[in-house]
Amino acid sequence: MHVETVLFFVLALMAIGGAVNLIVQRHPIHSALSLIVVMVALAGEYLLLGSEFIAAVQIIVYAGAIMVLFVFVIMLLNAGVEERTHVSRMAQYVGVPVAALLLIELVWSIRRGSAALPIQVSGTVSTSQLATLLFRGYVFPFELTSVLILVAIIGALALAKREP
Amino acid sequence: MNAIFAAHPLLLVSLVKIVVLLFLLMTALAYLTWFERKVVAHIQARWGPYRVGPHGLLQPLADGVKFLFKEDVTPAGADKFIFLLAPFLTLSLAVSAIALIPFGPMDITIFGQQTPLQVANVSIGLLFLFALSSIGVYGVALAGWASNSKYSLLGGLRSTAQMISYELTLTLSVVGVLLMAGTLNFREIILAQSGFAWGFLPKWNLIASPLPQVLGFVCFFTAAIAETNRLPFDLPEAEGELGAGFHTEYSSFKFAMFFIGEYASMVTVSCLAAILFFGGWLSPFPVAHNWSWTLYIPAAGFIIAGIGILGYGVRYSTIFGKLLLPVVGLAVAGLGILFAQPMAIEFVQGPFWFLLKVVLFLFVYVWVRGTLPRFRYDQLMALGWKVMFPLALANVVLTSLAVAARP
Repeated sequence: MHVETVLFFVLALMAIGGAVNLIVQRHPIHSALSLIVVMVALAGEYLLLGSEFIAAVQIIVYAGAIMVLFVFVIMLLNAGVEERTHVSRMAQYVGVPVAALLLIELVWSIRRGSAALPIQVSGTVSTSQLATLLFRGYVFPFELTSVLILVAIIGALALAKREP
Repeated sequence: MNAIFAAHPLLLVSLVKIVVLLFLLMTALAYLTWFERKVVAHIQARWGPYRVGPHGLLQPLADGVKFLFKEDVTPAGADKFIFLLAPFLTLSLAVSAIALIPFGPMDITIFGQQTPLQVANVSIGLLFLFALSSIGVYGVALAGWASNSKYSLLGGLRSTAQMISYELTLTLSVVGVLLMAGTLNFREIILAQSGFAWGFLPKWNLIASPLPQVLGFVCFFTAAIAETNRLPFDLPEAEGELGAGFHTEYSSFKFAMFFIGEYASMVTVSCLAAILFFGGWLSPFPVAHNWSWTLYIPAAGFIIAGIGILGYGVRYSTIFGKLLLPVVGLAVAGLGILFAQPMAIEFVQGPFWFLLKVVLFLFVYVWVRGTLPRFRYDQLMALGWKVMFPLALANVVLTSLAVAARP
């Protein structure tokens, strides 16, 4: 077996294990840490696909910036251990069937589509190729997204400032 | 196992490089503590460590043994797993960042394989290093939280806020360098700085055209000191107010791991400063006919230092010193003679100039620590957001304009 294949399965197991652990853990900090494990494992998968830039940005932005804020807020609020409650009626009668339906659909589409989809081996995507794509071909959506983020920041500031 | 190595010789070569680098790094970090204590002591008109070996030279060994034999206490009510995880995270991330640093331009041969003087030559080295350092926040934050102590928690919270604030400045301050070099790879960044203006002034990014990165360097070094939690920005461990901050509850080797991690980050930052702004392994002297004597500077420096240590050691007051110091002096002088040989002289240039720059930056680190008082928390935040961040942003805009206007 190739080293890449072994690494793929190790990282995939890490991601799935982290995701399951995120739900099972009762303490918010433990859940947040599990989410970080998922992010890092995903970054590893990107690396295996030859996309170094996306892998690094995944770690810097998600694991390094967003999750730090999560952990910071959890620590600041000193959130305690969650209490276990019974399954709510909403989840029992609507959530479980919908989740099962989605799972079936996922399995079905993977089984059907795996033969039809060609596997693209494009090699390593360089950072400058990505930048050219982003700032030449898709510059309008890119700028639009940054304006959206700016609006979100201003909105958050306005909400936070309202209280005297 | 042998089959795997036979199929992937690079794996074995990398393993050898990692082991050697780790050994050298750990020794260097141990002596960095000695270096810091000595320099700070002399700044404050004291002697510093003096008892264990001549001039306290064996103090790092004594410290290491002491850390190993201390009782390892876990406070009641601590989150055991995270309490254990935090120091491991800090140390492993800090040390693995060194793997990305190139130490010299020439290749070495291990087991018949040509390989660069660097563990991992990543095409996006700089981004990778920032990714490692951005996860490094968790070590400090989680240590503070898991200790179940108010001082630790306050230290952890402070460090998180501080690192988030200064990470912006840190990343923005190097954008100018990236714009000028046009690459994220460390080797290419260094090579982009080669050459000399008017025949003698090196084209290092600090003083290069189109825009000297002085502003970028000031922002970078300030933010880096804050990122590594060093004075005057060491609020996460401010011993006057928080006991010892995030590592108050840590003892024995877990404390040592935080300690080593902090020093490893200092080394990484010094390497980065040398690579990004001071030309990395490039010699400050041009390679021309009338400059060829500069090739002998490493050898001459080592020989003079070795003879000096030898002469001083013979007259040292203790018998142990009389035995140890001349041996050290002879070894250093011997290295110097080796460096002057035709087969080694080209090879040692890169590592010598690189490590010299790194040691200079480490000295500046200690110098700043010995000179400046600690910031207040609100001053720290005001400096980060209202001064450093706009300055770094201005540097990006100005450099972009200068690069765009370059013919």
